[in-house]
Parts: sequence; structure tokens; C-alpha cells
Amino acid sequence: MEPWEEHEPEVVKRFMYVNRRPPHGTIYALECLEVVLIAAAFDQDVSMVFLDDGVFQLKRGQDTAAIGMKNFSRTYGALDDYDVEKIYVEKESLEARGLTADDLVIPVEVLTTAALREVMAQQDVVISS
Amino acid sequence: MSKVLHLVNKSPSERNALDSCLRLAQAGHSVLLIEDGVYGALVNTTTAGNIAQRIKEIKFYVLGPDVDARGLGEMPLIEGMGIVDYEGFVDLVTEHHLTQSWL
Amino acid sequence: MAYDYNGTLVEHDEEGYITDISLWSPELALLIAEDENIDMNDDAWEVINFLRNYYEEYQIAPAVRVLTKAIKKKLGADKGNSRYLYEMFPYGPAKQACKIAGLPKPTGCV
Repeated sequence: MEPWEEHEPEVVKRFMYVNRRPPHGTIYALECLEVVLIAAAFDQDVSMVFLDDGVFQLKRGQDTAAIGMKNFSRTYGALDDYDVEKIYVEKESLEARGLTADDLVIPVEVLTTAALREVMAQQDVVISS
Repeated sequence: MSKVLHLVNKSPSERNALDSCLRLAQAGHSVLLIEDGVYGALVNTTTAGNIAQRIKEIKFYVLGPDVDARGLGEMPLIEGMGIVDYEGFVDLVTEHHLTQSWL
Repeated sequence: MAYDYNGTLVEHDEEGYITDISLWSPELALLIAEDENIDMNDDAWEVINFLRNYYEEYQIAPAVRVLTKAIKKKLGADKGNSRYLYEMFPYGPAKQACKIAGLPKPTGCV
């Protein structure tokens, strides 16, 4: 087999990554994003959820230059290239923080708590950060 | 139907992990409180009502060794709360199709 | 470990990726390419520039599959295919080209 030939994975599982923390105070958000990008290379069914303070990870207009941290809010824009297309945000979490989908760096699917409950229960693996 | 085991390891008066877990857990799911999460099993706290409200539709457990370690062994726990040891923890994990941690 | 061009030392890790991406320059790219036995023709430069722009926009060095797809979107299927890229960068278009472009090792490269 040549290196440029692709092969299909034998088993495809549904992996959901749950983000509940804001972006820069701890390393959780960045680590989760890196894990998602690596997992995406294995052709699994990957989704990301942002709820509670996790919705702040997607806030538009982040400028980290002065705190000397990587501005990984721009990396969420590459998720589509990595075929990670299911990005869910809990409506109640957005509203509780005075945000709307327009405040976010990428287009997302805004789900109510009730709808998110259903999506979560359908996963094979749920990974929290 | 899928059965989910939710793990909560943060005190409900310090973090919102238990709140969020209860918001997103469905009827028929189970919740196991471990580590600092066991404080959530106490009665007469400001947060106890949140569990009591769901105890008819969600099965709640607490990890005994973590209760004892915190000197809570003699304290009354929310009625209907199951107590498991490490073996029971493993059984719970195997009985559910999915385990979700609320860190 | 460091690259030395015109007396300037630029540190790199054990795989040859430079550790401070702000120290990259086109001259350094030529030096790294020589080490890697890569002919830096216009086509190769096109890929290097594409990668640098991608990093600038998304703060990430893309995995090979992602790079291929992104190039296809921007430059067409003639260039956005693995075969074309592997012929230019035989040890992996993302890995080798990222090194020459002064970027970190690609994320999601297995």
C-alpha cells in the first residue's frame, strides 16, 4: 500500500468531548482541543459539546498577545478541515452568560438542555475536560 | 435504551459539576458520587434538595471509602442513597453502557 | 542542536523542527530543505507558503489529510492530492513541509 492511499477504519465509535471550563485559566480547553484533533485523524465519529463556562472557549475576539498564551480560539476554525462537524453548544449555558451564537468564533448547533441530553445518551464514549 | 453512569467527584458547594450532571442526566440513569463529590450526599446542606428532587427517577450512589475518609460515616445521608465499595463501583461501571465523568 | 546560517544559530528539536517559530526566514527554509534533500522549486514554495498562511490563520500545523484537503479547496485537485504532495515531500508532506516552513510537528499526525 502506498502512503497516499487511505484505508477505512474497522470500527467507528461515537466519541463526544465535553468542555465545561473557560479557555485560559487552566490547560483543560487547549488539551481537549488537541486530543480532538488527534482523534479526528483516526476517522471516528467525533463531536464536541460546550456547556457551562466551556462556552467561553468559543467567544469571538480573544486576544492573548499580552498574556503570552497561544490564541487557540482560532484553531476551532480548523475543526471543519479535520472533519469534526458536530459542534454543540447548550442554549441555557449561552443565555446564562449573556451570549448568543453570533458571539462565537465558528458556526455551532445550539441545543436546549433537553436536546443535548438525548445526543449525550447516544454516545459510545464521553470524555470530559 | 442506553444506561449512563455519571461520576461526580467535586463538592457541590465548590463546583457546579453536580448541578450540570443533574441537569443533563436522564431518568433511568445512575449517579455515583466519589472523592469530594460525596459531600453532595449529606442532608441539611443547601444543595441536598437538588438530589432529593431527582431521587425517584435517578439511582444515586456514594463511594463508602470516600465517605469514611472524610469523617462522614456517622452522618445521615440523603434517603435512598446507595453506598458502594470499590467492588460495587466496578460493578456499576460494567452494568452501564456508558460512563460519563463530570470533572 | 541548531541550524547555522550565516553565523546565526537557530535551535531545533531532535527531529529538526525549530523551537522558536518567530526565527524562521526563507533563507533558513532553504537550509532545512537542503538537510532534507528537498528541491525548493516554485511548487514546493507554494506548499510552504500555504502552510505558513494556514498556521497564521488557525494557529495549527495541519495533519497530512487536512493539508491535502485544504490545498485542494484553494489550489485545485491537481495540487490537492496526496500523490503530488508525497512526490515533492517523500517523508510526508505535512511533517517535512512543516519542518521547512518553521512550524511545529503537525497536530494529529500518526
